[in-house]
Amino acid sequence: MSITSPDGKITIEPDDGPGASFFRRLTQATDWKSGFVIPLLAVFTALVIGAIIIMLTGSSFTEMIDAYLALLKGSVGSLRAISVTLTEATPLILTGLSVAIAFRAGLFNIGGEGQLLIGGMSAVLVGFSITGLPWFVHLPLAIAAGITGGALWGFIPGFLKAKTGAHEVIVTIMLNYVAYRLVDFLLKTTLFQREGRNDPISKNIMDSAQMPALLQWLDPAMKVNIGLFLALAAAGFVWWLLFRTNTGFEFRAVGANPSAARYAGMSVTKVYILVMMIAGGLAGLAGTGQILGVLDRASPGFNAGLGFDGIAVALLARSNPIGVVLAALLFGGLNAGGQYMQANADVGIDLISVIQALIIIFVAAPALISAIYRVKSNASATQISQGWGS
Amino acid sequence: MELELRGITKQFPGVLANDDVSLTARSGKVLALIGENGAGKSTLMNVLSGLYQPDAGEILIDGVVQKFGDPGDAIKAGIGMVHQHFMLVPVFSVWENVVLGVEPVKGPGIMNRKEARNEVRDISGKYGLAVDPDAMVEDLPVGIQQRVEIIKVLLRGAKILVFDEPTAVLTPQEVIEFFGIVAELKGRGATIIFITHKLKEALAIADDITVLRGGKVAGHADPHTATPELLASMMVGRDIDLTVDKEESTPGDTVLQLSGVRMVDDYGRALLDHIDLSVRAGEIVGVAGIQGNGQTELVEAITGLLPIEAGKVEMLGNDISRYSPRQRHAAGIAHVPEDRNHMGMVGSFTVAENLVLDSYYATPFSSRGLLHRDVIRESAEHLVDAYDVRPPLIDNTGNALSGGNAQKMIVAREFSRDVPLVICAQPTRGIDVGSIEYIHEQIVRKRDEGKAILIVSTELDEIFALADRILVMYDGRIVAERKTSETTPTEIGLFMAGKAA
Repeated sequence: MSITSPDGKITIEPDDGPGASFFRRLTQATDWKSGFVIPLLAVFTALVIGAIIIMLTGSSFTEMIDAYLALLKGSVGSLRAISVTLTEATPLILTGLSVAIAFRAGLFNIGGEGQLLIGGMSAVLVGFSITGLPWFVHLPLAIAAGITGGALWGFIPGFLKAKTGAHEVIVTIMLNYVAYRLVDFLLKTTLFQREGRNDPISKNIMDSAQMPALLQWLDPAMKVNIGLFLALAAAGFVWWLLFRTNTGFEFRAVGANPSAARYAGMSVTKVYILVMMIAGGLAGLAGTGQILGVLDRASPGFNAGLGFDGIAVALLARSNPIGVVLAALLFGGLNAGGQYMQANADVGIDLISVIQALIIIFVAAPALISAIYRVKSNASATQISQGWGS
Repeated sequence: MELELRGITKQFPGVLANDDVSLTARSGKVLALIGENGAGKSTLMNVLSGLYQPDAGEILIDGVVQKFGDPGDAIKAGIGMVHQHFMLVPVFSVWENVVLGVEPVKGPGIMNRKEARNEVRDISGKYGLAVDPDAMVEDLPVGIQQRVEIIKVLLRGAKILVFDEPTAVLTPQEVIEFFGIVAELKGRGATIIFITHKLKEALAIADDITVLRGGKVAGHADPHTATPELLASMMVGRDIDLTVDKEESTPGDTVLQLSGVRMVDDYGRALLDHIDLSVRAGEIVGVAGIQGNGQTELVEAITGLLPIEAGKVEMLGNDISRYSPRQRHAAGIAHVPEDRNHMGMVGSFTVAENLVLDSYYATPFSSRGLLHRDVIRESAEHLVDAYDVRPPLIDNTGNALSGGNAQKMIVAREFSRDVPLVICAQPTRGIDVGSIEYIHEQIVRKRDEGKAILIVSTELDEIFALADRILVMYDGRIVAERKTSETTPTEIGLFMAGKAA
């Protein structure tokens, strides 16, 4: 609910915090230039600075080139490398979508970590505890459990935001901590803990709950599995939901202008709850894919920062579902290539984190990129025309 | 001091905002600068205040060419701006606001409060700007806040005062007081530039009138001989009919009935109290009142955006008091909201999306939760054409439209629905004369189709032009009701100011 001063001049809108314009830029710049050129230039600039960092740490120019060649080879240089890239990208697509869809409705979902963990734990529980089912029943059941777990974890901040106004950023961060410790605790219970083990590790899932790998007939080390198709389908689903359905129309309206949405008879509270459940479900599916497709069991920290990386992916993609897939592939490729680079070129994988961070900084500060490359950014053009208009 | 602009030209990407603009403001005289939105008034003022540097042309004060690198230079040269939206700190006192940024000191970092207070008292005494230096700004009525703004620029040595739409927020009585202040400033030799779109005020107060159109000077007019119609046609470049042609109304059945409606804020203070009103089919009821006397709340009580504490809202005999905004929309209320950008549209949505902003949920725009994009687009193509939204590009974003065209888009969305009740809050606020004329015609057309229409406007001229019956709101109540044919703007103005009926 907004508060308007008696003379109508000052309106305080709880959703119009200092970050509001930043939000708008992230979710609304969908034109070709700011949606594509700026992110590409950001990636390029980050790679250049990464090169400088490599050389500053005592490597020669040729060593730097070797490192980048290794990065390229490790990400797309072989079928095996591509498999690693795709496996790395799969959960990032899903956590990226989770953040992106919430962004579109004006919410900042920092809770991907927690939602992913609870989703993964739900999936692992169904995955190991039910026996005797054929895979085409067991696997969908485990996936559904994972989505549901994440959705429930997303429901909490959505509900609290809608009914009490509790800021979703605070609540989702806190729920991450709850989820971390809950997982530690659950993994020590007899329900989850593997027999004969003292450390917190779950039982292995049944074969019937495993996501089939796609290329293991070629090379058993290739872990890319049908989770990739689930993630791509999820991206298609999010795009369709946002741009083809009434619900998506409401999400976007609430995200862009909650007052106008309320005026138009939309239920802002319903949108907040629903979008957080969908966001949670997507992150839960990411955790599910990790458990059922890659790890086969749960252990502390299986979230591996994927929830937070999803924020970076969504930022780079400007919350566009198709962009999320591309951004996740980029980040997946950087992760995959980084591992190879570390092993083969004597440059630590930490550099990859630096590059990824730089990309996000440049995307978040497009004025910087516009200044460096003298690209007219859409944001400043809008400002000029607005100043002229009245 | 005499101010002269010579050939000011300012180019923005894709837009020539000022094109060879020349004008003169004489010492001890009032120059009214009029023009539609987008005519280049704001750009010209921003050039004058040092915010923009012109691409060509020069600014002369008493014949000397000035160079304004930033707003500080313009202030030093004696130019003072009084903005439409006051730049005051509400929780500071009057004198604190006035000296903000130029505080007199009696030592490094120590403010000389006594001297500051005296300076404020001196200026308000000298120019007849009665105001208590120790009053808290947030407690002051808008007219007095404006005086604080004027004292602020005078304290900074302004000899050339620029007023941007100064009467937009004032009551008719405050406008008269404001004109008195202007006369006083004039008598003391100040040069005054008065930016406005209210033609009658320009004619009443100005010594010279300059009209801008499309970034150029469309002409100069002599206030003694010019008429509002002449100025309006200079502004838009074609003949304008400012009177609204309409027949005597023939009211039918009651469509909307409010009885004993009361609304309170979070602290239990009444925002609306004892509201009884009815609107019948085929009539236009105008709600007059100074902004902030409960009109916004009245509209939101009817449309369901704010809950009422007591009373009843009935439509066509059904109690809709507990209906949600969506249910009321479906029950047949069309609503043009008072705040176009904040409520009426989603700026980043396309024109096509904005045209179904509140009706997307129903057939034919969607079914079973899926949007019918082809139907939405087809309807949008038809509406931008039928309601003259320019440019007629349905894939443009709402933000890309000028104020007048954005309002026409909203009017198109609401008026294209065949529903019994239409509520228009500030239907023509801040839009150009051509669009005002068009929207007024549409409102009358809607009435003649037999719809019940409720207009809320702070523009008394608009109320008198459109309404068949006038209600006056003051302090959350309806304090007077008159047939338009049986009252005068003066009488209504007195009710608006709180004089009891």
